[in-house]
Amino acid sequence: MASVLMIHPNKCTGCRSCELACAFVKEGQFRPRASRVHVFTWDREGISVPMMCQHCDPAPCVSVCTPGAMSRNKASGLVEWDAKRCIRCRMCVQACPFGNAVYDALSNGIFKCDTCGGSPECVAFCPNKALEFSEDTLSTRSRKRAFAAKFKEAF
Amino acid sequence: MYGWIGTILRVNLTNRTVSKEPLEPGLAKQYIGARGLGTKIMHDEVDPRVDPLGPENKLIFAPGPLTGTFAPSGGRYNVITKGPLTGTIAASNSGGAFGPELKYAGYDMLILEGKASSPVYLYIRDDKVEIRDAGKIWGKEVPDTTDLIRAETDEDAKVACIGPAGERLVLFACVMNEMHRAAGRSGVGAVMGSKNLKAVAVVGGGAVKAADPAGFKAAVLTAREKILAHPVGGQGLKAYGTDVLINIMNQTGGLPTRNFREGYFPTADKVGGESLTANLLLRPKGCFSCVISCGRVTEVKNPKYQGAGEGPEYESAWALGPDCAIDDLEAITKANYLCNELGLDPITMGSTIACAMDLYESGVISLKDTGGVPLTFGNADAMVEMVRKTGMREGFGDKLALGSYRLAESYGHPEYSMTAKKQEMPAYDPRAVQGIGLQYATSNRGGCHVRGYTVAVEVLGNPVKLDNLTTEGKAQVAISFQNLTAALDSTGACLFATFGMGADELAQMVSTLTGVAYPTEELIKAGERIWNLERLWNMKAGLSGKDDTLPERLLKEPLPGGGAKGHVSRLGEMLPEYYQLRGWDKHGVPTEKKLKELALA
Repeated sequence: MASVLMIHPNKCTGCRSCELACAFVKEGQFRPRASRVHVFTWDREGISVPMMCQHCDPAPCVSVCTPGAMSRNKASGLVEWDAKRCIRCRMCVQACPFGNAVYDALSNGIFKCDTCGGSPECVAFCPNKALEFSEDTLSTRSRKRAFAAKFKEAF
Repeated sequence: MYGWIGTILRVNLTNRTVSKEPLEPGLAKQYIGARGLGTKIMHDEVDPRVDPLGPENKLIFAPGPLTGTFAPSGGRYNVITKGPLTGTIAASNSGGAFGPELKYAGYDMLILEGKASSPVYLYIRDDKVEIRDAGKIWGKEVPDTTDLIRAETDEDAKVACIGPAGERLVLFACVMNEMHRAAGRSGVGAVMGSKNLKAVAVVGGGAVKAADPAGFKAAVLTAREKILAHPVGGQGLKAYGTDVLINIMNQTGGLPTRNFREGYFPTADKVGGESLTANLLLRPKGCFSCVISCGRVTEVKNPKYQGAGEGPEYESAWALGPDCAIDDLEAITKANYLCNELGLDPITMGSTIACAMDLYESGVISLKDTGGVPLTFGNADAMVEMVRKTGMREGFGDKLALGSYRLAESYGHPEYSMTAKKQEMPAYDPRAVQGIGLQYATSNRGGCHVRGYTVAVEVLGNPVKLDNLTTEGKAQVAISFQNLTAALDSTGACLFATFGMGADELAQMVSTLTGVAYPTEELIKAGERIWNLERLWNMKAGLSGKDDTLPERLLKEPLPGGGAKGHVSRLGEMLPEYYQLRGWDKHGVPTEKKLKELALA
């Protein structure tokens, strides 16, 4: 069974703890640029949205990757990046429609979420449960339940 | 360096020169960062007698070592300068993401000197620093300024700016960042305006590093857990914001009402956090790396007071509300939006309007002075209009722009001003909360609660509950809070983190992050050093022990009702003990022995 990372923008307060936790676990330092998750905030409206790799299937980044550095792990269902095979052509960066694959000149690497091997640090550090790692088919269950509950008042 | 970046950025606006200097590790250790380090630079470089709005004054933006890390609620920066409202050292801190971005750009501190010949803004992009023309942006309100500068620089730029109030040198103008976060008190925004500096925009791609990554992470997790498990830090502030204090303080009888004439406001509940959450709150918001989320994203739909933005906080809801005998939360929220948009400190703004209302009702001023506006207590429309007029310095607003002390003094009645060292006191009546009166009187930036929040123990029972009406032991309480807060402010942490976290957790985080050993007592010692340095600076600026006092109203007129009925502030019982415990002489001057002990002599 696969798990997916879900974002809940309605719960996000824009604190960017996820970015810090990600950069720290991946790069050993607090460099938000190096984070695989980024939070965008609109100051006027006070709305914040975290963004990270959605592991599309078929994934544009995998489709355009000539040396096969971006590939799907059949067991986990995740899209993985192999630094050894990568030729840094950055086609994946240009192919991702969400901007969720990023090239970092400082480390000469491609940054994208790998869910920390199934234990995502961003989820652990989010103080507002705006990020959730849950079983694929159950990931929207709480949202479904909240709307289903309205029927309690309808009948 | 770890925690610190190791570089100070210096910009002279007169000569348009930019230079970079190494941060001296010894100084960093002694003064930590932010408030402490900024004060040390002011001490070394600026004559305390300078005109605060003259080019000789300097304006310092300084994050602390924790800023930019995932220390819980540890992302703040300070603006340090000589404050035009008080004439004292001013250090106002703000959250948001500006402080962290300055560090990612590569700087522990930005020192601004001189005065630009025409309006400019500063654009810092890592090692590139540009002084740019702000001619087209000058005059704009804070949200528009932020948008315009992002359009000219980078859409992700973090922008700290002034609004029309700072440009017009309103003596309590703020520096605002990310539109809604404020370095609010003492008029630091007017200093920015006096330098013709509209904004500082920062984009940074660098990093903050930890000396002991595993140890730092463990220390952070411990502090986080303590805050999240605390009923105020972990739940209360997110659910109701700081405004939850309205009902608590009203029950205590210490909610200053009608310019501190009373301590109980019968309809206070209408402007409290519970009402705010029920009626105007859209969602909570957090500053950088914050686990508390006390920020309020709100909207007023009523066409009369229509607007959207953030707040109000407790202090602003009180100052623009009960202190003016106003219980209309929509009017208060609108006035708070105006404060954010124009760049005004809502505490001094509200308290100055309350003072004007008091002068009006007492017959000291009349319609002739107010431009035909009946400034009666409870007049919500007049209050909102006066905020706008003050920010724009129109009509009577031009006088309100000087703060309540200069306003009341100009009519020959300074006793109507509810200030300490010419800065308006916040929302805790010293007659009902004895220790906070001592804190107001001795605070190095005048009337202020966040230099030593004795309310935590005197009212809220955090971490223990003391009797709010007694003076016994309060001198030591005030000193302990003042020293710890001076250290905490200097690390970049938020005071609200102490709703759960203590000095031990703070010391552990700073030690593991920086690699410099700060046993808890050393950290607090640094706080005491910073407090005494601020005191020395103020004394050189011309202040003395005589300024460690409160308005006569609080010392002589008993509260007429409420939970503290019949009480006055017994400051005189606490002050001599305070001086003695501080190691100062009976005139409040630090002794040679104390200064040597703190490595200040």
